[in-house]
Amino acid sequence: MIDPTFVELSRWQFAITAMYHFLFVPLTLGLSWLLVIMETVYVMTGKPIYKDMTRFWGKLFGINFALGVTTGLTMEFQFGTNWSYYSHYVGDVFGAPLAIEGLMAFFLESTFVGLFFLGWDKLTRRQHLAATFFTALGSNLSALWILIANGWMQNPVGSVFAPETMRMEMQSFSAVFFNPVAQVKFVHTVAAGYVTASMFVLGISAWYILNKRDLPFARRSFAVAAGFGLASALSVIVLGDASGYELGDVQKVKLAAIEADWKTEAPPASFTLFGIPSQANKETYLQIKLPWMLGLIATRSLDTPVVGLDDLESKFEGRIQSGIIGYGALSKIRGGDKSPETRALFDAHVHDIGYGLLLKQFVDDPAKATPDQIKQAAEGTIPEVWPLFFAFRLMVGFGFTMLFIFAAGFWLNARKRLEQNRWLLWLAFAAIPLPWLACEFGWFVSEFGRQPWAIGEVLPTFLATSSLTSGDLIFSLVSFVLIYTALLVIELYLMIKYARLGPSALGLGFYHYETGAAPVAAE
Amino acid sequence: MLDYATLKLAWWVLIGALLIGFAITDGMDMGVGSLLPFIARDDGDRRVVINTVGPHWDGNQVWFITAGGALFAAWPMVYSAAFSGFYMAMLLVLFAMFLRPVGFDYRSKIDDPRWRNAWDWGLFVGGVVPALIFGVAFGNLLQGVPFKLDDILRAHYQGSLLGALLPLLNPFALLSGLISVGMLVTHGAVWLQMRAGDPVASRARWIAAALGPLVALAFAGAGYWMWLHIDGFRIVSGPAHDALPNPLGKQVVRAAHAWFDNYQAMPIAWAVPIVGLAGPVLAALLSLARRPGLAFVASALGLAGIIGSAGVSMFPFVMPSSLDPNSSLTLWDGCSSQLTLTVMLVAVLILLPVVLAYTVWCYVHMWGRVTTQDIAAQSHSAY
Repeated sequence: MIDPTFVELSRWQFAITAMYHFLFVPLTLGLSWLLVIMETVYVMTGKPIYKDMTRFWGKLFGINFALGVTTGLTMEFQFGTNWSYYSHYVGDVFGAPLAIEGLMAFFLESTFVGLFFLGWDKLTRRQHLAATFFTALGSNLSALWILIANGWMQNPVGSVFAPETMRMEMQSFSAVFFNPVAQVKFVHTVAAGYVTASMFVLGISAWYILNKRDLPFARRSFAVAAGFGLASALSVIVLGDASGYELGDVQKVKLAAIEADWKTEAPPASFTLFGIPSQANKETYLQIKLPWMLGLIATRSLDTPVVGLDDLESKFEGRIQSGIIGYGALSKIRGGDKSPETRALFDAHVHDIGYGLLLKQFVDDPAKATPDQIKQAAEGTIPEVWPLFFAFRLMVGFGFTMLFIFAAGFWLNARKRLEQNRWLLWLAFAAIPLPWLACEFGWFVSEFGRQPWAIGEVLPTFLATSSLTSGDLIFSLVSFVLIYTALLVIELYLMIKYARLGPSALGLGFYHYETGAAPVAAE
Repeated sequence: MLDYATLKLAWWVLIGALLIGFAITDGMDMGVGSLLPFIARDDGDRRVVINTVGPHWDGNQVWFITAGGALFAAWPMVYSAAFSGFYMAMLLVLFAMFLRPVGFDYRSKIDDPRWRNAWDWGLFVGGVVPALIFGVAFGNLLQGVPFKLDDILRAHYQGSLLGALLPLLNPFALLSGLISVGMLVTHGAVWLQMRAGDPVASRARWIAAALGPLVALAFAGAGYWMWLHIDGFRIVSGPAHDALPNPLGKQVVRAAHAWFDNYQAMPIAWAVPIVGLAGPVLAALLSLARRPGLAFVASALGLAGIIGSAGVSMFPFVMPSSLDPNSSLTLWDGCSSQLTLTVMLVAVLILLPVVLAYTVWCYVHMWGRVTTQDIAAQSHSAY
């Protein structure tokens, strides 16, 4: 039988390892393009300062990249180690984008990144620029494929459950590839990566300017980051997740939970700016509402309702009932029943099999579930609302803050009034952690909002685990946390050390610490 | 569309090819890492060793990641049962491999002997532990893995924590692990002869010369041990090869010498273990003859022969079960649907040649012997 503690531990481990991994991914996604921009300017103009910029920011890129690779290793194998039934149940569909990610993206990124770091003297300028470009392209392609995989978890299109093999099987690869949820998520995620890298370069450059160090270097870096950041922040917000919401019930639940919309409102629904949601009373207190906004954002219309959580829950109760019938027919087919009647019954309920599986948290055979258990399973189809409600608002709030900083930085820089406006430089420096917080909150909304499903409406999370013990999980979870934290501390130490050194780290002899202004730092 | 049985067979070949590609490329880095603290004593020489693989280790590691991804896509049941069944061993591999990216990138960023020495040992662990465990895993596959599948095809195993790990470390599996370490260290030593300056290169020559014959000897010994004491698995009856994959649909028995069935049925198959024996010996001789390029080819062929021998012996099994032989996974019943295998085959046939082309381009452009003078000249950018 399913052990809830063990399921919790498995979820914590995945959440922690994934969120650690995503501390490093967004900077790689964005900084790689900033390096391409800087190096392109270098190749086109021949000005050495742009080469220095590429190499210095490339050093910080490398410090971050190493941990991205390290924590990424875990992700590739964790489905097999910790989500073994998941791997069997959906590997036929989910494995393909992962394997293609390796072949198309990781090889490209990883083969050329070594030449980016170590090939300056062995390659021509154009060849080196090509290596930088392929690194950026590879890392962004990896985001594409992993988000196709993740998009399928949210909205499992192009596949059907096959009773003979007891798993989901692919029906259409192009449907999986062009899954609208995946496409929207890809654009949103890479743009968030571009924002992260821009904020990183902007904040550190602002700090150099505040300290009046290496000004030509810092100003140019600031300008590149402000322009790229402004465009990216606008993309993140405009392209947001909105268009994905309409698809599939799981996304509907997520939307209603983010908004804490318990009841279906008469369209067009209003957007809740703030409130205190209470799951027990199915009520949101102290609401501040913007009329019409949500209806417009989520449905792009004035007459489509945004379905509330209550209505979704009662609909899901019906699907659980249907799933019980479907699971019964499935068991007969797997037991050798080849009659067309059983097959017809199965086909009529195949799309609710996942809902039937929800009952396996209480009983081995869903047909034996009591009405109480069915009710409880239906309640479980709605994730906990308040964490989603607040996480989403924090993410959006950070996003708009960063948009303001990029816009102000871009404007003041264009008017050459940057150095007189020290408040903005301080703000840019202080805002360095914001993109990471926004990214982590965003992923939290996406994945916590998918619960109780591992694969939306197909496979419940509790069933997706491996048959390990809580002891195994405690050992691995504690080990991951200790090792990752130690590595993160080392990474931050190096990152801060090199960011403080600035371009002096290149050892060229004419930057700040090398001109007698202060003792030359070790290296 | 290829017929299903042919597709399944093609994927057995491809998974094998990816594993061999992993051994030749990333295995080489692991061999170099295992040698690092011993073959080079001072910082200059150690940086030489590290920088021979510096530009390539990350790309090479993708063979490992892609093999994992391909296993997931083409053999989901195998990916599912193997990685969770070998949970503790997989964790050890992962934790050891964590030390490589940071070891390579962070080691030379701080000029402190304790810091650098610590990362050198990190690179050693990151090389030798995975090499050992991969060999141990193959040794256990040949003996059968204690797992069984229930009626909804969920995999269950015996033991947890040390109770799951210790039985994996049995004598035959440890011998397999030593063969794995030995062959990768030989391979790494051959690489260092090509790319490192002296004294590293000449030390590497003697290491390859000494280790190659030992690897061949241990490999032959493991084969003999298998003949004497390791019962193989044999399918007695089961569905046709092109049937929908159902791992519970066949009858399997264990029998002495069953792992030699394929060689008896098809004597040409002996070529595979013979290449596995000859490869490391030739690599040793060619090292002594100062022909490291040819030695590298011989060593790579040896890796293919040794890994291939495990595959050919078990064919069509890929993960036999000691707990419930009928639950054993074969290339016929542990695989994906026809559509997925087709899509993935097309993807591999298009992408892998491209990958090989630019990988060669990168090796060619970074070619040349790394010397302590080079390191001194680029002390701010080299690893």
